[in-house]
Amino acid sequence: MRVVGHEQEPSQSKAIWYNPRWRALLSQAILVIIVVWFGYEIISNTIHNIHRQNIASGFGFLHRTASFGVSQSLIPYSEDQSYGRVFVVGLLNTVLVSVIGIVLATLLGFVLGIMRLSKNWLISKISDIYVEILRNIPPLLQLVFWYFAVLRALPSPRKSLSVLDWFFLNNRGLFTPRILFKPGFEWVTVLLILAIVATFFLMLWAKRRHVRTGRRIPLWWLGLVLIVGMPLLGFFALGAPANLDFPHLKGFTFIGGVKIIPECVAVILALTLFTAAFIAEIVRLGIMAVSQGQKEAAASLGLYPRIILRLVVMPQAIRVIIPPLTSEYLNLIKNSSLAVAIGFPELVSVFAGTTLNQVGQAVEIILMTMAVYLSLSILSAVLMNWYNAKMALVER
Amino acid sequence: MTDISSRVAKQGAFVRSELLPMAPPPRFSVGTFGWMRRHLLSSPLNAILTLLGAYAIWIVAKGLIEWAFVDAVWRGADRNACLASVASHPVGACWAFVHAKLGQFIYGLYPASEIWRVNLCYVIGSVGLVGLMVPSIPFKAANLVFMLCLYPLLVLILLSGGHFFAMSPGAWAKFGLSLVLILAVLGFLAWWTKLFDPGRLFKLWACVAAGLAILLSLLQTDWGLMPVRTDLWGGLTVTLVIAATAIVLSLPIGILLALGRRSRMPIVRTLSVLFIEFKRGVPLITILFMASVMLPLFLPEGVNLDKLLRCLIFIAFFWAAYMAEVVRGGLQALNRGQYEGGHALGFGYWQLMRLIILPQALRIVIPGITNTIVALFKDTSLVTIVGLFDLLGIVQASFADPNWITPATWATGYAFAAMVFWVFCFAMSRYSVFMERRLNMHNK
Repeated sequence: MRVVGHEQEPSQSKAIWYNPRWRALLSQAILVIIVVWFGYEIISNTIHNIHRQNIASGFGFLHRTASFGVSQSLIPYSEDQSYGRVFVVGLLNTVLVSVIGIVLATLLGFVLGIMRLSKNWLISKISDIYVEILRNIPPLLQLVFWYFAVLRALPSPRKSLSVLDWFFLNNRGLFTPRILFKPGFEWVTVLLILAIVATFFLMLWAKRRHVRTGRRIPLWWLGLVLIVGMPLLGFFALGAPANLDFPHLKGFTFIGGVKIIPECVAVILALTLFTAAFIAEIVRLGIMAVSQGQKEAAASLGLYPRIILRLVVMPQAIRVIIPPLTSEYLNLIKNSSLAVAIGFPELVSVFAGTTLNQVGQAVEIILMTMAVYLSLSILSAVLMNWYNAKMALVER
Repeated sequence: MTDISSRVAKQGAFVRSELLPMAPPPRFSVGTFGWMRRHLLSSPLNAILTLLGAYAIWIVAKGLIEWAFVDAVWRGADRNACLASVASHPVGACWAFVHAKLGQFIYGLYPASEIWRVNLCYVIGSVGLVGLMVPSIPFKAANLVFMLCLYPLLVLILLSGGHFFAMSPGAWAKFGLSLVLILAVLGFLAWWTKLFDPGRLFKLWACVAAGLAILLSLLQTDWGLMPVRTDLWGGLTVTLVIAATAIVLSLPIGILLALGRRSRMPIVRTLSVLFIEFKRGVPLITILFMASVMLPLFLPEGVNLDKLLRCLIFIAFFWAAYMAEVVRGGLQALNRGQYEGGHALGFGYWQLMRLIILPQALRIVIPGITNTIVALFKDTSLVTIVGLFDLLGIVQASFADPNWITPATWATGYAFAAMVFWVFCFAMSRYSVFMERRLNMHNK
């Protein structure tokens, strides 16, 4: 058979606008021109407006004295410190409520998700109703409800609600006991670290032994005994070098213990309850995604239901659960910015709110705030992708 | 066989020739009792859980019913009705407050004499929406065109009063001239490149020109309506305006972004990815702050955009990023063969997308789109923080009314707002389940 290069390529014979490559280049060039023009307009307008309104620019304001108070701070802060310090205070508060919210929402969400799958109709229905109600009400509405309608309406300190006389809840906030450390406590910490290291080596050894001989040891219990027992023994052996400082009523308020301001309680409560409804759905769908055949096969091998759940169902469900769970965590972090509505001193409230009002440098402040959330998002995405890759199905 | 039975029969023994009627199942394995045994009391642990659950429900339901019905105050002229000292019983919900403020919660501070305009929007909108949503009602296409093109314009003119500018005959002449000029340029390009058929181009341009002319004349006509500034709009009306605009705008923008992210053109792809990931990485509240404090700096001197409009634009673009990710999921779920089949039929890119890819991809992601729409609807409440009075904003503002300050007011107002939001969100998710079933009928 004779091969003939009988014709030119059609795209070369015709005008360039019939050539897909040229078309792509042309449309992209137009797009770039539009975007650059748009960006130029915005930047030149902004520079013009900033000059016209006499707004300062640059990040010098971060060193200026803030001269406003913050109701909760994880690091020492006073009014004569800088806006930069305010930024850090706000950031730490955001991280604080996010971390606590994530932990609590995960616990509650898993419980609700498993309840939803329960064979017990009543239990499953309770979880169903919880999820359907909570996830269809705006998180901001839930937040202001908890703060203005519930926590602010609580009785005064004299009539506070209390649990065991340890925890007190009233309109000034939540009061919990505080641990006071005495010299010698550092040894308890050392023991705790030692116990964790020992448990780690025990795990390695147990795994090797399991592979070699097929026999297991009750690792869970041994680890628990080590990690809880060793520091506890040490604690009493050293003569209990710490005690609890209980809050108690004095005058019109409580002194002693730890005071958690009502804003903080409301934020954590609202974020936890709202996000738990979504996590419950994720967990339920994740467990349902494991095919029935997997469970039946495991049961026909003679495994106990408990073991089936732990070794067959959960490892497969986790793979389905992790990606949406990550985005739910990110949503929680982003939703923590709603706290600005009740004046909890987190990043948006103290920085994009109060600081912006005082300094007036909208561009720098909003960009810094956005950059924080963006980097938190990117960081969690990277971490979760790494975990996801680790957990992914290894096909052989 | 037969002779055995006949022999047995002769000997007088009894042989049953038909089946006994079936005995009823044990009483405790069927009916209510059986159901309870299987679903509530299957094991001791389950029995305990059932008891605990029933106790929890009893506590919550009792508290709720007492608060919302038994101890509630239904009628009253002012705060005195809802004080425990006046009502002589502990006061739960103060529904009298909601009753008194209902107009505000729905219309905001809209002038009382003009409320018929808002009501007209509601009536026309709900009729159109029902026509779109109930499958058996005909004229879907005409209705869709009406709801997407004419209705928004109608709402805009009715709510704001119209008469945005006045065009002189000179301005009309300029407008007409520029239309003709653009047509000439386009016609020349079509003739030169031979990419378009000049006849079709002419028709298309005639449609666009007519649309623009109608739009301009409608916007500049003085309808004799009293102008109402947007800061007087409020309540449920603003919530619905924001939600509807954002839903209608974010879906097409989201589809374009999703296509951009899957495009082979590197610059288009990079820009789409940057836009989507930026919007998804920051909270909506920072975007709203940007709309309210940063955007005025971006605009040329002297240009002032209305605050509601600024928030609308930013909210729509924010949710477009989420829509884009949902749609991308659908695009990725499609088989390669669908693309290849389309190419083999000689379809161009837009034909392929419009006729083959998107109809399938969008059907796959209906649940995702609904979730985004519900999230969008809930997050319209965030405009409260930048000082717009949507439903939540107006409810919170009404707490400041000294006529109605009682301990019960806050919880009642929030409960009312929560119920309204809940009804909308729940209805949307149920409708989507219905639609999904209907569209997947061919798979069953």
